[in-house]
Amino acid sequence: MSDLTATDDLPAAGRPKSSLLEQDARTKKRNAAEARFKMYGLIAVTLGLLALVLLVTSILSNGLSAFQQTYITLEVELPEDKLDKEGNRNRDEMAKVSTFGYSPLIATAVEAKVAELGLEIEGLTDPGDIISKEAPAQLRNFVLANPDVVGSTLTFEFLANGRIDGYMKDRVTRATAELDKNVTPAQLDLTDQLEEAGVLEKRFNWAFITAPDASGQRPEAAGLGVAIIGSFYMMLVVLCLALPIGVAASIYLEEFAPKNRWTDLIEVNIANLAAVPSIVFGILGLAIFINFAGLPQSAPIVGGLVLTLMTLPTIIIATRASLKAVPPSIREAALGVGASKMQTVFHHVLPLAAPGILTGTIIGLAQALGETAPLLLIGMVAFVREFPSGPPDGLFDPASALPVQVFNWTQRSDPAFVERASGAIIVLLIFLVIMNAVAILLRRRFERRW
Amino acid sequence: MPLIWLVVIVLVLAAVGYVLGRQRALASTDGDIKTLHSLPSYYGANVALATIIPAFGMLVLWLLVQPAWIENRISGAIPDTAIPEGSNLSLLMSDIQRVASGLDTAVDQGAMTEEEASSIRTEFTDVRQRLGEVGVALGSNVAAPVLRAAQQYREMASSGSLWMTVAVIVLAVGGFASSLAITRADFRARNQVERVILAMLIVAASIAILTTLGIVLSMLFETRNFFSQYPWTSFFFGLEWAPDFRGNSSLSIIPLLWGTLYISFIALLVAVPIGLFAAIYMSEYAGPRMRAVAKPLIEILAGIPTIVYGLFALITVGPMLRDYFAMPMGLGESASSVATAGIVMGIMLIPFVSSLSDDIINAVPQAMRDGSFGLGATHSETIRQVVVPAALPGIVGAILLAASRAIGETMIVVLGAGAAAAQFDRGLGELVNPFEAMTTVTVKIVSQLTGDTDFAAPETLVAFALGLTLFVITLGLNVLALYIVRKYREQYE
Repeated sequence: MSDLTATDDLPAAGRPKSSLLEQDARTKKRNAAEARFKMYGLIAVTLGLLALVLLVTSILSNGLSAFQQTYITLEVELPEDKLDKEGNRNRDEMAKVSTFGYSPLIATAVEAKVAELGLEIEGLTDPGDIISKEAPAQLRNFVLANPDVVGSTLTFEFLANGRIDGYMKDRVTRATAELDKNVTPAQLDLTDQLEEAGVLEKRFNWAFITAPDASGQRPEAAGLGVAIIGSFYMMLVVLCLALPIGVAASIYLEEFAPKNRWTDLIEVNIANLAAVPSIVFGILGLAIFINFAGLPQSAPIVGGLVLTLMTLPTIIIATRASLKAVPPSIREAALGVGASKMQTVFHHVLPLAAPGILTGTIIGLAQALGETAPLLLIGMVAFVREFPSGPPDGLFDPASALPVQVFNWTQRSDPAFVERASGAIIVLLIFLVIMNAVAILLRRRFERRW
Repeated sequence: MPLIWLVVIVLVLAAVGYVLGRQRALASTDGDIKTLHSLPSYYGANVALATIIPAFGMLVLWLLVQPAWIENRISGAIPDTAIPEGSNLSLLMSDIQRVASGLDTAVDQGAMTEEEASSIRTEFTDVRQRLGEVGVALGSNVAAPVLRAAQQYREMASSGSLWMTVAVIVLAVGGFASSLAITRADFRARNQVERVILAMLIVAASIAILTTLGIVLSMLFETRNFFSQYPWTSFFFGLEWAPDFRGNSSLSIIPLLWGTLYISFIALLVAVPIGLFAAIYMSEYAGPRMRAVAKPLIEILAGIPTIVYGLFALITVGPMLRDYFAMPMGLGESASSVATAGIVMGIMLIPFVSSLSDDIINAVPQAMRDGSFGLGATHSETIRQVVVPAALPGIVGAILLAASRAIGETMIVVLGAGAAAAQFDRGLGELVNPFEAMTTVTVKIVSQLTGDTDFAAPETLVAFALGLTLFVITLGLNVLALYIVRKYREQYE
């Protein structure tokens, strides 16, 4: 208040040209620049978050439907004269009837169902096509496992064809069906009516997680079973190799290494390996493990070895950080009561650093789990339907891996595989979230600050 | 004898050695622990280590050397006349191996006796059909020399593994006995054990060097093979990429490098401004609450596997760019394009740039900001004229590291950028059109090395030359980044 009154008393000539209360043009400009600058920052943060939201929604909206699948319940007659001509229920003789022998049975069953429900649909041809091509194999396996059922009529649950499943998930419409040679609009009408009759329903799809991959014509049957086991085996190899080697290397570099050229060389190498493109590790795996050492292609052991080399720098960096965080007083105390250097490290420092090491290892494993490019080069893209056997032999059997399975599915022409690939990514992301959550929990629970 | 049994035998021997070594040390002083040089467990551990280490070392060495040695012997024994027209020695060797493993399978399944497998002749038996019965599919009929060589191969492999078993067990028992013999009260067991453990630690630390060496040597070796079949001048200075497995391909790196650099450039165009401004906002303006929420959220982007970004490019960004930009502007009709891959890669790099820059900006001391504020500068002026210049070397380093990541990135470009190489004869318009599909070095490494590959053809070997070039470029960028950061870093105390 006082300076206001004071200015009034001043002669006009002595007045300052501008008031502190009123911004001059230059200050306005500077303040506007300030606001703009702050706005740029806010926009950048928002764009980053927006990208994350867009990414997650895109994957979820495309992939969530993979966890639902359309099933059709049918009563199938299993005539003896077709499936077991000799009538002696001998499995070897019955095995001569291929899946082609079984598909007419399913087509008949669908037609019977249509007749039973009294459905009349104009222009309906081949109603049997609404069933997946996987169904005859399913039926055949069941009959061969239980030869006694031949001659009876049993109720089965079959997967619906990929297009019918797509219709139930609004991916296929009548307009696209017109152009599609794999499905007709009349079959979609049939689908509607079967759903009303309760024969056809959509429910949770366990097979997506447990079943093996299926060929390009039957996306409805494709599952992640082999890929999950393959990824699990690789993580096992990485854990068994990268953790001990990484911890041993870090202990040496942090606690024992003298300052010399050799140590410097190792340090530089570790820093560089962390930044080498992952595809280069794939070339290494192909040249050394497959072409030189003669290990089999597509085997989890090779994938595991390659990922071990990739994960080592991550684990070494994390382990060294947590070894460094153990205060020197602990070491001095141990040495003071007569422990050797080695005893100090293994009895006192290492146990105190263990939570940090574990956290780093889990984060390294999570990185390895999502890595795709090097696995493409060592043949993990192969189409594998057989489950690998149990460890340790299974490590040498062909298998797939989660991220590679995603890539594999994106390369197929049927649009239903886009849904499968996104669904597989959701499974992959769930594993990653769990691993990272465990790492964060471990850190919170066991981290010590000195 | 399966390998696993051999391993188990050695491990059991080591466990027995531990117990015996411990007892022997105690017995030598009549159970008086005070007169022992080391704790009793060290005597036990010494025996166990002496049993395991030489035996397993021999085992690993043998397993590595044996296949190469057998292959060498067999291929030396094959006369040149036995190699069919249009084939070569390495193809023949893989045939031989396939037949040999087929015979193994047949014996395992009981379709053939051991004796039969080593004595059948192509003159009397249709080997292909016999093996087909047990589920081993062979591409062509088995020629007599191939079968002979395969039988020889099996013979050498089985006698090799017999000798290996003998050698490993002899070494294990030898180590066991000799170390047990020197176990006495005054034997310095702890020093011995600690020396061995230290040696193992050094070996583990050296694996990093071995890996680098493996990468460089494996690629150098195959690259040399490539350049012996294809002139290096055309590889580095040619302008066309047109591989053709029937021969006469043009394999030049320039079109691929152009695609790689163009996509990386767009990626940096997206990632650097967003990442940098986000880092500045987070460290200078944002309150603790916003920082606690937004920073981890943006860093989630760094933890997402690249295949997820690839799928995102393929099913969302690609079609979106095509439908809303490329088609209306008449610039292209392809969903996979430079812009698609570049933008998605940029998103991937945002957290990379932002968290590195964030650390560097936070390292600029508060006193410099306070000085600038004291002179009357606004917050943004302080940032632009004081904080960023002080942090500049670090920021440049972060950008270089991001560039090296972009150049080596594979899955996003495989799924988002397309497979056709840039064509220099079509004019500049197509080269710089961001909505044109273009391919990169990494995409071509993947496509040349997946599927059925013939490691004698230049079309396959070119992937190693591409890989080596990629390795050199990214290594150069990383070293440059580290150099800049170290050289120009201001030291504030």
